[in-house]
Amino acid sequence: MKIGTPTETFSGENRVAMTPDSATQLQKLGHECLVQSGAGMAAGLTDDAYRAAGVTVVDSADALWSQADVIAKVRPPSDEEIARLTPEKTLISFFYPGSNEALLEASKSTGANVIAMDMVPRISRAQKMDALSSMANIAGYRAVIEAGNNFGRFFTGQVTAAGKVPPAKVLVVGAGVAGLAAIGTATSLGAITYAFDVRPEVAEQIESMGAEFVYLDFEEQAQDGAATGGYAAPSSPEFREKQLEKFRELAPEMDIVITTALIPGRDAPVLWTKDMVEAMKPGSVIVDLAAERGGNCELTVPDQKIVSDNGVTIVGYTDFPSRMATQSSTLYATNIRHMMTDLTPEKDGNIFHNMEDDVIRGATVAHAGEITFPPPPPKVKAIAAQKPREKPRELTPEERRAEEVALFKAQTRQQVTLLAAGGALVLIAGLFAPASFLQHFIVFVLACFVGFQVIWGVAHSLHTPLMAVTNAISSIIILGALLQIGSGSVLVVVLAALSVFMAGINIFGGFMVTRRMLAMFQKS
Amino acid sequence: MEYGFTIAAYVVAAVLFILSLGGLSGQESAKRAVWYGIVGMALAVFATLIGPGAGNWLISVILIAAGGIIGWYVANRVQMTGMPQLVAAMHSLVGLAAVFIGLNAEIEMVRVAALQAAGDVAALDALKGFALKVAEKTPAEINILKVEVFLGVFIGAVTFTGSVIAYGKLAGKVDSKAKKLPGGHILNAGAVILSVVLLFMYLAGAGSWTLLVMAALAFFIGYHLIMGIGGADMPVVVSMLNSYSGWAAAAIGFSLSNDLLIVVGALVGSSGAILSYIMCKAMNRSFVSVILGGFGNTTGPAMEVEGEQVAIDADGVANVLNEADSVIIVPGYGMAVAQAQQAVSELTRKLRGAGKEVRFAIHPVAGRLPGHMNVLLAEAKVPYDIVLEMDEINEDFSDTDVVIVIGSNDIVNPAAQEDPNSPIAGMPVLEVWKAKHVIVSKRGQGTGYSGIENPLFYKENTRMFYGDAKNSVDSLLPLI
Repeated sequence: MKIGTPTETFSGENRVAMTPDSATQLQKLGHECLVQSGAGMAAGLTDDAYRAAGVTVVDSADALWSQADVIAKVRPPSDEEIARLTPEKTLISFFYPGSNEALLEASKSTGANVIAMDMVPRISRAQKMDALSSMANIAGYRAVIEAGNNFGRFFTGQVTAAGKVPPAKVLVVGAGVAGLAAIGTATSLGAITYAFDVRPEVAEQIESMGAEFVYLDFEEQAQDGAATGGYAAPSSPEFREKQLEKFRELAPEMDIVITTALIPGRDAPVLWTKDMVEAMKPGSVIVDLAAERGGNCELTVPDQKIVSDNGVTIVGYTDFPSRMATQSSTLYATNIRHMMTDLTPEKDGNIFHNMEDDVIRGATVAHAGEITFPPPPPKVKAIAAQKPREKPRELTPEERRAEEVALFKAQTRQQVTLLAAGGALVLIAGLFAPASFLQHFIVFVLACFVGFQVIWGVAHSLHTPLMAVTNAISSIIILGALLQIGSGSVLVVVLAALSVFMAGINIFGGFMVTRRMLAMFQKS
Repeated sequence: MEYGFTIAAYVVAAVLFILSLGGLSGQESAKRAVWYGIVGMALAVFATLIGPGAGNWLISVILIAAGGIIGWYVANRVQMTGMPQLVAAMHSLVGLAAVFIGLNAEIEMVRVAALQAAGDVAALDALKGFALKVAEKTPAEINILKVEVFLGVFIGAVTFTGSVIAYGKLAGKVDSKAKKLPGGHILNAGAVILSVVLLFMYLAGAGSWTLLVMAALAFFIGYHLIMGIGGADMPVVVSMLNSYSGWAAAAIGFSLSNDLLIVVGALVGSSGAILSYIMCKAMNRSFVSVILGGFGNTTGPAMEVEGEQVAIDADGVANVLNEADSVIIVPGYGMAVAQAQQAVSELTRKLRGAGKEVRFAIHPVAGRLPGHMNVLLAEAKVPYDIVLEMDEINEDFSDTDVVIVIGSNDIVNPAAQEDPNSPIAGMPVLEVWKAKHVIVSKRGQGTGYSGIENPLFYKENTRMFYGDAKNSVDSLLPLI
């Protein structure tokens, strides 16, 4: 199969979907690679570099679209490009099928297969082709760089001979891939970084990147991120109010705000209102990564950098990945290459469009003249559902009462049975045994009871000392020997004397060992 | 001295002994509790010495002093790692004393009976102490006395040889593998049945030889029973013998009509029984199966363990530890054998000094005595508030960066939960494999006492740190 990459037609788009490196890998799968002349120039990749990697450089877009069986590109196809598709061709690109219905219809009518890189399901196996994440990673990094570019101070605090520089304070709103990348970049530049997200479970990730999680004291915030494939879901109006209140409180302190909050399939929520911008210090910077979807900041103008009346710079660029075309092309081309690997299971250059495969099925939006969007939910869940907190069900008073009664009855039954059996045994013994024996027997039984009650209370860690102590006091048997040692029989005296001697060893040894052990226990 | 005073002293002593055991509910109160025990014992001995029935008190005091010096010396010299064998050895003394005292009672009975038969009134009047008591007994009471004596000798004899073997196994002088003579439990059962027969013959007046034969049989039972129990079950065995020594004392108390002996014997007996029960529960095994020795038969082939054991060197371990925030150390018998507790304590100090959270997880049956590990760690001055038991810490493993397993095997074996055919299936274990990294310090690739393959060693997050535990930990110290 021939895989071809045309020059991006979208103005200002610098990325390219194939690099010489990815082409080398694609050729190993048995494919042939084509590239339109000059496609990689904006990303710093010359035609010669492609040729060196064994890629055929084609002069015109027309030639490329007609020769290639698989077209890999970055931006969604233009109408003109769609028209070039034929039923046996496959198109791989970003597509945004949710908001591009006309485009979807158009591609369906061509009969071509269309794979949307933005529809790759978020499961572990598909991470290597998750182009949204790799692009978001770049966007997050670039957002901080853009902010720094427009910010008049250091990120890191310094004490120099020429005066003291306070560290910059950065707030990252939305801790997805872009947000986390921004946090990492900002902290590594030395800024004090705060981050906020509606999903409390990402607090740990935020902290692991070195930022402080802005904690919102709100009951209802327990969203289960696993249910939405790791994305945020819209929050309740009360929650939003609370959230804005918190931001209002933070606004005057923050030097740089980077907003990345997006909810799949919706306009970006407005989280940084006009009054917050007004509350910020002059010279502060806001970078709105959600500008394409309307922006998280009320004042954001997509694709533009504006300065507010009070001197706050608001960056609303929507092409952050394209601004780092070399890096983003490398990553995107690798994502495409992994997608091709999955499409070429036999590595023989033949594409097998397996609609049973979760990843391929999920990413395919048009197949054999049919629209296959939206896909069915993947068989594998994106993130393991968090184990439901084991919360013992609150019992109603009646149920608790009933339970107590049942337990009480069971215990009573058990105890009565034991007592009856024991009592019967003792009574039978009493019928035959002399009274003097029974007197001692009472003492014995009581002592057993006391022993059982007392020993249950002994701390687990003190079991060895307990054993040593009981060993020491079991040498109470010396009493028996002492009572006999005064006997008239020599043999008795000798044996008793031996017993006294042995018990003597035991008394002193046992207590000594116990004391040694206990003396060692100490608190930190 | 009046008899009343002795009884009163006994009451006080009994209360002190109960307080002494009850005081062990906490580390701080335990230090006081041991003094209660000492005072109680002193009081009991003193009251008996000056009370009715005692004689030859000079010899008694000298012998107690002599025994005391030996006991003091041994207890002070013994290493903390040698504690299990010392406790076992001391149990044997109690057992043997019980046998002697029981035999004495029989001798006295024979003597008194002979005097009564001869009608020697003067000699009978001259009797004192225990012999006097015997002389006053009715025939029914004599029969009861005989049963008591018989039981006391039997339990004492089992305790004696059992403890000697337990001592040998713990001290490494006897092979700790479970061994049985041909015939196995049939031999034990036969000996017990024969003893019962002898009891009836003895009661029927067959003479003292029955008692001696029975004692010999009981010696054999004690020997054979403990020989048949593997090293891993030693915590249960030691607490069981502890219990036996208590029951022996109680039986002797009955035969001598001494309430204090009965009370203390019952206390010790029930304490040992409960400890055995706790140990068995911790191993998810019934008391009977422990006593019968060896692990029960498996119901099917054990799960095949796949993968390989990946070794790691001291530098690697140090790196992992330096990067970790939370560390849990799981000590086992291997730590005791290698005497590594000081090194472990030093490691703990260093890690804690570096601001890391270090805790210890103790399985109820780790080591060869109940609470063995706690004592060793305490000896090495590891603070006891970071030493936690299984139930307290098991849920925390998933949040832990590094678990260091030092010389334990079965108590961290995931097969207990994963493999229904495993001989230890269902035994509660420390879930160390849930931590991010597990480092196992172990002498070699062999299996533990139970001889069961441990899948933990093959897990992806497990690294094997081979070598003697002490040397291993020592080699880590400079690298932290």
